[in-house]
Amino acid sequence: MSKEKKSEVREPLIHLSKRTTISPLKAWTIRLIAIVLGLLVCGLAAFLLIEKLQQNPERIGEFYQTFIRGSFSTSRKLWKYLKNTSVLLVISLGLTVAFRMRFWNIGGEGQTLVSVLGAIAVDFYLGGRIPEWILLILMFFAALLSGALWGIIPAVFRAKWGTNETLFTLMMNYVATYLVSYFLVIWVPSGSSSLGKLKYGKLPTLYNEQLLIVLTALFLTIALYIYLNYTKHGYEINVVGESVRTAQYVGISERKVIIRTMILSGAICGLAGYLIAAGSDQTVTTNSVGGQGFTGILVAWLGKFNPLAMILTAGLIQVLNQGAGQISQDFGVDNALPNVIVGIVLFFIIGSEFFINYEIHFRGHHSRANARKEAAK
Amino acid sequence: MKKILALVLVLALCLTAAVSLAEGIAKEDIKLGVITLHDDKSTYDANFINAVKEACANLGLEEGKNYVIVSGIEESDACRDTALDLVDDGCNIIFADSFGHEDFLIEAAKEHPEVEFCHATGTKAHTENLANFHNAFASIYEGRYLAGVAAGLKLNEIKEAGKLKGEVPMIGYVGAFPYAEVKSGYTSFYLGARSVCPDVIMKVQFTGSWYDETGEKTAAEALIGLGADLISQHADSMGAPTACETAGIPDVSYNGSTVDACPNTFIVASRINWVPYFEYIIGQRIAGEPIDTDWTGTIATGSVELTAVNTNAAAEGTEAKLEEIKAKLESGEVKVFDTATFTKDGAPVESYLADVDTDAAFTPDTEAIKDGYFDESSLRSAPYFDIDIDGIEIVNN
Repeated sequence: MSKEKKSEVREPLIHLSKRTTISPLKAWTIRLIAIVLGLLVCGLAAFLLIEKLQQNPERIGEFYQTFIRGSFSTSRKLWKYLKNTSVLLVISLGLTVAFRMRFWNIGGEGQTLVSVLGAIAVDFYLGGRIPEWILLILMFFAALLSGALWGIIPAVFRAKWGTNETLFTLMMNYVATYLVSYFLVIWVPSGSSSLGKLKYGKLPTLYNEQLLIVLTALFLTIALYIYLNYTKHGYEINVVGESVRTAQYVGISERKVIIRTMILSGAICGLAGYLIAAGSDQTVTTNSVGGQGFTGILVAWLGKFNPLAMILTAGLIQVLNQGAGQISQDFGVDNALPNVIVGIVLFFIIGSEFFINYEIHFRGHHSRANARKEAAK
Repeated sequence: MKKILALVLVLALCLTAAVSLAEGIAKEDIKLGVITLHDDKSTYDANFINAVKEACANLGLEEGKNYVIVSGIEESDACRDTALDLVDDGCNIIFADSFGHEDFLIEAAKEHPEVEFCHATGTKAHTENLANFHNAFASIYEGRYLAGVAAGLKLNEIKEAGKLKGEVPMIGYVGAFPYAEVKSGYTSFYLGARSVCPDVIMKVQFTGSWYDETGEKTAAEALIGLGADLISQHADSMGAPTACETAGIPDVSYNGSTVDACPNTFIVASRINWVPYFEYIIGQRIAGEPIDTDWTGTIATGSVELTAVNTNAAAEGTEAKLEEIKAKLESGEVKVFDTATFTKDGAPVESYLADVDTDAAFTPDTEAIKDGYFDESSLRSAPYFDIDIDGIEIVNN
């Protein structure tokens, strides 16, 4: 009787249920399918939008090759790819320590930019007047201190007065940009605000000029993985992130953890700033960080705040960026279009998380499953 | 032994470089790589992008195969990286369009002596002494002077109609950064206007950016608020022209015509036509001839142009007057920076040391006044006129 009644209730065509567990293999299969689907849709979008492809449809294969060629066609491009990925990864790591604590630090751009400014200020005033190795050390500390300062300001306001850290850190980005503009006016008496490449303050070359940057990023990733997962500090960050009440109950000072962690977050962004200032640019412009502080947020989220996974996500995003640039160049299209293509791939990747967290059931799924159970009996 | 080997290798490298430069390249093997700071939404970069396309079309070169354009490249190591990428992709001439690209392009040039590197608006080619690094500009001050004449005529018309906002005609000028390139530009524009409208004054507001649509719009609005009867600009967005169209204030534009967006207020625009330069560098590369260290295009060679005059907004008789003055500029009868036409702090300028050889402290080093005029863009291609003359007030710095 009761069985008949149940079958009268109309089952929805599709319904979702939250997965309790999913095997890593299944999760990664879903992600891989998403990337492949994303790339296929990209091809379609490119075909619809790029005139040259419509004229020569056989070049669609070349489209995908170009994507890869952006990062891997020569060993120099590969090294450039590794360098750019490393800098992006360091910024993302800086953001991750804050994100783990659910402190939404949107200020990676400003924290990094202000540390480029700090390092370049030391270089500008002291370059050539003191030995190069002392200069490099001073630039290093200037960068870390500037980044930490930019991190501690919003942290203190949040810890003491409960201000919204998202808006605060976002605002600090603009302050950093205008601070750079201000110093460029002072430093460049000709009035062009173009500082040019400084002669001193260049990181030494190990094997090639990128290797040191890559090794720094790798070392930091491992160190942070250990810090976040196997130390008391790391545990405290997680507790504050999960529940402030629990933290209070077990005697963790929320204020102390927030301020300490934001100093660390800012200082890591400061390290990224140092790598930009002394590792490659030896100059500062308002756009020295070029939006990587924001891209870093994406890297951290996609990597689920796991430093090791973020190596992959930073690498993936960098492949997409450099590939997009190469497409813009080789197919003679506006550089906005490749960004659309990158956006499509990212959309699919983010979308795949939904299918990892939820299971989809179609109508009849239950009755068929029940029937199978019955049959098994 | 190692030293000798190194020496032999370096010599061999130099020799191959020299030979490959001298031999020239078949036209179908030319590959020009162009690096721009912004994309074609910036009127400045669009002016380069369109010129590359036009010059290559004239020479029968194909996009993708014979030339590629990379937009949105920062004035940082990204410029060197991009230039080296382009070398990896087979480019044999590389061009960058922004002032701040220069140092990074020089680095790339040092790494690849077999490739020609050309840079617009830069100042360092004549002091770097690299055989494969070259600067280029055009005597745009001549074009701005002409555009200024058109502005002066319009102000006369407004004055005669009794519609001036203040007692004397006033120009508002939106500039990017307060250095020679911009100062030379607005001073020549002002002198052009004053040559036909003697009581004109000018106020300049800087935006601190080459491309800031909101900032340029706000600056133009502020200048209109200060009583400007006419606006001109040296910054690369549509900010100032659109502010003028909204406020109904006449505008003399730059880099290209803005008549489509501003049909009622656009008078005329001056621009550098880069087509002759791109044709020149490609031609030299094919012939295996050296490219000039400093190349300055002029109004006489077609590198400096005015767009069509918009008769909706311009004063009557503008076109005829522009033809007349243009002929005088070409013949040398009129000198833009004639020292008889301007003063500084009330006194004529008889001698002026300009900063021609760029150093870290920007020390003035070369006498630029000769035969009664300031000799702009002949000591190097990029402008070096940076005298704050009487009649121009800088609102902010």
